[in-house]
Order: sequence, then C-alpha cells, then structure tokens
Amino acid sequence: MRYLPQTDDDRTAMLAAIGAAGIDDLYVDVPRSAWRDGLVDLPLHQGEMQVERALAAMAAKNLHGGNAPFFLGCGSYRHHIPASVDALIQRGEFLTSYTPYQPEVSQGTLQMLFEFQTMIAMLTGMEVANASMYDGASGTAEAVLMANRVTRRHRAVLSGGLHPHYRETVETYARYGEFEIVSRTPSPDGRDDLIEAIDGTTSCVVVQTPDLFGRPRDLTKIAEACHAAGALLVAVVTEVVSLGLLMPPGAMGADIVVCEGQSLGNPMGFGGPYVGLFATKSKYLRQMPGRLAGQTVDAEGRRGWVLTLSTREQHIRREKATSNICTNSGLCALAFTIHLALLGEEGFTTLARLNHEAAQRAAERLEQVKGVSVLNETYFNEFTLRLPRPAIGVVEDLAGRGILGGVPLARFHPDDPGLSDLMAVAVTEMTTAEEIAALADGLAEVLA
Amino acid sequence: MTTTSGNRGLVMDEPLLFEQDAPGRCGVDLETPEGRPLKLGGLERKGAIGLPGLAEPQVVRHFTRLSQKNYAIDAGFYPLGSCTMKHNPRLNEKAVRMPGFALAHPLQPESTVQGALELIATLAHWLTTLTGMPGVAMSPAAGAHGELAGLMTIRAALTARGDARKKVLVPESAHGTNPATATLCDYAVESIPANERGRIDIEALKEALDQDVAALMLTNPNTCGLFEDEIVEVARLVHDAGAFFYGDGANFNAIVGRVRPGDLGIDAMHINLHKTFSTPHGGGGPGSGPVVLAESLVPFAPLPYVVAGEGGFRMVEHDPSGRSFGRLRAFHGQMGMFVRALAYMMSHGADGLRQVAEDAVLNANYVLARLKGAYHPSFDGPCMHECLFDDRTLKDTGVSTLDLAKALIDEGFHPMTMYFPLVVHGAMLIEPTETESKATLDQFCDTMLALMEKAQAGNAEWFHESPHLAPWRRLDETAAARNPVLTWSPEQGKNAAA
Repeated sequence: MRYLPQTDDDRTAMLAAIGAAGIDDLYVDVPRSAWRDGLVDLPLHQGEMQVERALAAMAAKNLHGGNAPFFLGCGSYRHHIPASVDALIQRGEFLTSYTPYQPEVSQGTLQMLFEFQTMIAMLTGMEVANASMYDGASGTAEAVLMANRVTRRHRAVLSGGLHPHYRETVETYARYGEFEIVSRTPSPDGRDDLIEAIDGTTSCVVVQTPDLFGRPRDLTKIAEACHAAGALLVAVVTEVVSLGLLMPPGAMGADIVVCEGQSLGNPMGFGGPYVGLFATKSKYLRQMPGRLAGQTVDAEGRRGWVLTLSTREQHIRREKATSNICTNSGLCALAFTIHLALLGEEGFTTLARLNHEAAQRAAERLEQVKGVSVLNETYFNEFTLRLPRPAIGVVEDLAGRGILGGVPLARFHPDDPGLSDLMAVAVTEMTTAEEIAALADGLAEVLA
Repeated sequence: MTTTSGNRGLVMDEPLLFEQDAPGRCGVDLETPEGRPLKLGGLERKGAIGLPGLAEPQVVRHFTRLSQKNYAIDAGFYPLGSCTMKHNPRLNEKAVRMPGFALAHPLQPESTVQGALELIATLAHWLTTLTGMPGVAMSPAAGAHGELAGLMTIRAALTARGDARKKVLVPESAHGTNPATATLCDYAVESIPANERGRIDIEALKEALDQDVAALMLTNPNTCGLFEDEIVEVARLVHDAGAFFYGDGANFNAIVGRVRPGDLGIDAMHINLHKTFSTPHGGGGPGSGPVVLAESLVPFAPLPYVVAGEGGFRMVEHDPSGRSFGRLRAFHGQMGMFVRALAYMMSHGADGLRQVAEDAVLNANYVLARLKGAYHPSFDGPCMHECLFDDRTLKDTGVSTLDLAKALIDEGFHPMTMYFPLVVHGAMLIEPTETESKATLDQFCDTMLALMEKAQAGNAEWFHESPHLAPWRRLDETAAARNPVLTWSPEQGKNAAA
C-alpha cells in the first residue's frame, strides 16, 4: 500500500520491541463482542490510476461552470482564480500544517492570518476581524449569538432579503437556545419593514446587502434605529466582490459584518468548503467567536505573530466559551488572501466594476426576451428576473439545452407562490457575451 | 548572528503585504471598464479601501517565503496527539480540482449534478459501512459542527417523544468542544471523572445518570489514547437511563476497519474527515465532520441530505415530516473534503484501512515501549493510536513540558500535544500515525531520550531559551494578549511591535 511505509519486517521487529505476540495483543481492551475478524464489506485497495478514473467518471456526469453558459449565484459565485493562487495554496507547508499552536514554526500561517484579518477589516469598514469561520451562514448564526451576549437580549430580527439558507441556519442555532427569531418573509417588491420590528428586547437586526434579490441596501437608517433601541446591526454580504464598489457596511453603521468569502480564491466546488469572514468593532472584541492572530515579539525582539485571546475559546473555557468552533477555514482564508493580494486596490475595485457592468449588459439583453422583466432597479452583479411561468420548470428546460440559467427562488421557498416565477441571475467577469446571448436565446425558446 | 538584510540563509525576513505597497501596481491584468453609469442607488463606496498593490512575482515570493516558515507533515514528523497528522496524498488534491467537482454550483438542478450527488452518496455508504451505523448526516463543516449536529439530533428526538432533559455528561478528559457544544444546545454540562485506569469512572457515571440526562459524550478511543474497555456496559447504562450515547470520533483512526462504533452501542458519532481520512489540515481548516446516526436518530437528522431513487439521486432540502431539526450551514457540506476523503478511502480499500489502524496503533505502542523507561506513562497497558506521558520524570529538573516541546523544535520535530488531556499533569500526548516509518520513530525516540537525559543533567536554562535554531525564538504570548494588535495600520512602523 503506497501510503504505508512499514514493512512486514519492521512490524515484526516493533511487535518484538513492544513485547506483543501479534497486533491483536494491542487491541485487548476492545470488548471481544466488537471484534471483527474479517474485512468490512467494501472494495479492496486500488492504485492511483484506478481511483482517478472512478472519480473522473463521477465528475464527468456533472454540467458545470466550465462547460455550460452559467448564471448561478445566491451565495456562490463563478469568478476567475489566478493560477498562482492554486499553486501557492498547494505548497505543502501551507496545505499540510496544523493550526499554528507552535508559533516558532508556524509564522507563515500566522503572518498570513494577520494579513487576512487586516484585509477583512479594511473591506468591511470595521476595526477587527477574526481568522475565519466555516462559511457565511454559520458565521451569521455566530453573529446573532454574539449580539445576544453583547446586549444580554434574546430576540433577533432577520430581514426577508437574507439568504434563506442563512436564515434557516440562524433559526437552527436558535432552536434550542433561549432566544427568539423574528424572520421577515422575502418580498419581491422590496418591502422589508425592519425598523418597526425593533423594540427594547431586540438584540440585533440582520440585513443582507446586496439582498436575496440582488438589491444593494442602505443600512444607515436601520443602524440608527438599532442603536436608538440598544440593538446591534449585523450586516451580511454573500458576494464579497461587491465591496469593491459598494459602501462598506461599517461606514453605514453596522456593528458586526459577516461575509461569505468564497468569491475570492475559492472555487464554487458544489458548495464547500467556503470561508466565513467575521468583523466587528474593537469594543466587542472579547465577545467575538473564533481564532485570532495577534502581533508580538520573540525573545530577540523580532516581530512575530501568535494565536491570541484564546481565553474566549473552547479549548480553554470549555462550556463557558464564546463558541464551540475549533477548526476554521484556514486554507480557504489563504486562497482569499493571495487572490486579494494579487488584485490589490486597483484590481479589486476594477473587478467589482467589471462585474457590475457585465450584469448591466446581461440585464439589458434579457429584458428584451418576450415575457421577461427585470425586477431590480438597482443591483451589483446579480438581479432577479420575473418569468411568465414557474422558474423551476424554466431552469430545468434551460438545463435540458445545456444552459445553467439561474437560481429559481422557489427552490428556497417551495410554498411561497409570490416567488415561483422569479429567477436570480448572477453575472461576473467570467460571463461572456456568447453566454449572455445563449441564455437570452434559450429563454426565448423555452418560454415560446 | 545578525545579517544586514535581516535574512538568515533561506529564512527570509518577509515584510507584511501592506509594507510592500505601491499605489497603482497590480498582480492581475483585467479589462478596462466601459465607464457605464452605476445602478447602485447611490450606495457606491466613497473612499479607498487601503489594499496594497503588488505585482504577481512579489505576491508569489511573499507567500513562498511565508510558507517556508511553517512546519508541515510534508516536511517532517508531526506527532500532535488527538490531531492525526497523517500524509495528505496529492491524488486527493488532483481529484478535487476536476472541473466537474470544482466548477459545479450547489444550486444547479439535480439533473445536472448526478455525479456530485453520487459522490456524496458513495462516501456516505463508506462511512456507514465502516461504522456499522445506518445513517449519516453529511453537512457539518468540522468536528465541533458535527458535535452540534449530533446533539441537536438527539435533542430533536427527545423533544419528539416529549422528554425534555436538561443535562449532558462529559468526561473531564474530553476535548473542549464537547462541553462548549452542549452549552450551545442549552444543556447543562456535568463532568464525569476518570478512574485510575484513565477510563470513564463507571460508578460516577451511574451516580450521574438520571432522568434529566439527555446524552453522554464520550471520545473513544479516549483522549488518553486508551480504548474505553467498559464501553458496552457504558452504553447499556446510558440507554437504560433513557439517554443517548454520543461518540466523539476524533480518534477513529485507531479502530477504522477493525471495530465498528455501531457494535459498541453508540447512537451518534462525528467523524473528522481531516483526521482519519487525510483531508489536509491547511493550517487550521477547513475540516469536515459527518455524523453517523443510529436508526432511532435518523429521522431527526439535519437538512439537506441525498437520497437515491429510481430517477437518480435527489437532494432533500425541505423536510416533509417536520422532524429534522433544520439546517446548519449554507448548501450541502464540505464537498471538497468529501472528494478528497473518498479518494483516500478508495485508495486504501477495506484492507488498507484496517492496516492503517493497525500501523497507527503499532507505531504508538512502539513509541510507548521505547520511551517508557525515561518518561512516565500515565496509565498501564497498551495504548491505541497515541501514547500519553506525564511530566513526573521532569520533576525537580526545572524543565517543563513546554520547554521540552520547544527543544524538540530545534531537533526538527513538531512538538507533541502538550497539557492535554487536562487529567494528566504536564501531559505529553504523542500520536505518530501510520504515516511514519520505523526509522523516523527511532530518530524521534532517540531524540526524546537524549532530551530527557539533558534535562535531568541540569540544563534548565538552555531549555527555557529553546528553541534556539527555529526561524523565531520563543514568542511572547502574554504581551500579545495584554495589548492585542490584530490588524496592521499605516501608522504602525515596521518594528513597532506590541
């Protein structure tokens, strides 16, 4: 077996050194009733070529963003990843290292995390950021838990424009905790009645921008209403590239900002692993979940970094920790950081503008299809189409023509008739004029 | 020795990205925007972000230099107990980058992602077969997330039978995630002591088990590296009390292919794919923590899940029965980790995985046998995949477990897990995994023996100053916590640390 270096001679010599007659002697503590003498009923070992063939056969069954006109978004976006990102994250020193608990031999990961935290604070307009969460949805749930701790209140208000998976995740985290979730229903006409839902028991209001329908949201008034009532504003961004063009949530008064960071450096990968970005104000630092890299010096006075403030975390505080999170998304955070370093200020803001312009071109073209209208007056790189018949069927019909046309919003809310004819369409720098034409023509055909 | 450049041979003194900024410089070539009017409703960004501008070679060099400051399993022996630092095959990396996996979107119509759903279903089949459990929830993002999924499933099952229980029992040797997870599910945590043999104290367990106990969370093999030899009795007691038995599967590597947790009476157990099934740790994640479930818990599992039907595979995202406790994250799970783990499992097969467990246990017992004259094993008898020592033989040397660990760094080894589990004084938990050859283990053991000799000979000062040869000397963690500097700022000069 190619991954196992011990030879039978080694094994024999080692058993002799241990003083065991055979390997079974080392399993004597396992109850006899649970011993399995034979192999489990699974295939035997295979060579690299055979495994690669079997997996390639599965992969080949999928339509995807590389072989079809592609317009899906809703929290996962097709962006171009520079070749050097993937080359660098596959360096074994990054790929195969553990959490940097021994800082003297982990400065690579630690310095990167410090750079990552700084970039997240800059993008979101906040003061501090952690070293990442699992994804945007679980990060949003952690933000609500944090707001509950900060305010000592237990009632969170969720915008109807929040990604339904995020809303469901928050509701799950709340299910057995002592707190209440007030969820607004998604409203295609843009009504979201958040301010009137805020009262003296509200711990936070959670608003996504751009929202589920693709509309950028002005958070200023909601922030004012939150703060007047002693509540926090949690801003959620599922498309982090939008921050290259849109006002950062921090500048609009957000207290906690959670983003999904997949768009930079990380492939869509059928849903994971992704990277949750989490930023807040310095005054809430000690209530923030997750790992943190902090600057210090070594015994010779050289600048270096360590994991810090771990007295918030489960391995020290156990049942009193701010969160149960341990493993985060280190490698995805690295990919994010490398991609953003390559882009820099100029590249990132240009990339955002290219996305916005591509979306405008697509909206203008799709609007010309008979029976199709664009719901949004404003959007970043994703907008919602209203179709003359249920979008789930339209998307299936488009897929039958080899076109991945968009996300039918009814997939999230099968029972909400108000959403059934809506399809979210995402357009990025990757989207070509040919793809836009293919979607427009495909829509015209399947709607005819 | 100091150098003019600050570099030390191949170890480069690498400034932060922000300190290499030149405005206007860029590492990508993008098209020029048309300059269309914005359709953002007046919400455009007003000021600059502050991101640094670097060209591609600078970025490549920066991260290459950073990587060279990391220890890694690719570079050497990484015996971190409880973390299972095993070889990460590159085949797995190649597989996950196949466009059919990497470029598939999680919300595509099911008809277009049959291969992706087949992969999830296949991995689920391997996991349920290896554990002897009928169901598995695939979506949890990491071990602690899996614990949350498992405890919430248990809570949903209890709620469904109208049985509101208030407590979760956790051995004092458990990972910190266990009690933290129980708290997140709004359970009170009650700690169960270990007995003198390093196992759960059955008498204390009996005492604690009452009608208010929802579950026992038990790691097996446990964090002392021992198999819980009374586990069948433990399961019986837990079930007799009407509670569920949660297994923390962090240490599954010791028994994979040899023992099925389902045969031990476990009702739910998460599996860290980034431990037993070799998905890379990546400097702290991402992980993946599927939870295998007993029949009684399957109906309450989190959403979504894959089912096979006549028309192919389907992804169930809405629970018609209303019994699922809900969703734990966006989309379906850590697909990238699923592909890697399945590539690893298929490579090993049923025969290879059993050999993995046996070699891991053999290696740990070999280290135990070689070190036990100089180091004090915390408990008698053979260990499983990791061996545990306390700091008794360092007593009166002035050298601590931490000092010894830092001295190991100078010798080219990553330190073992220190000061965990908490039930052992100055704990040193060594997990070699099946990846290591006898030659590597011998070199490590020789080093450990020499270090103990050196400590006992009275070189406390030298140990306190370790590491001497690492890229960095010992870092001041106290200063970092006292005055947290968590982001770079333009005002902060290059050497204005802490």
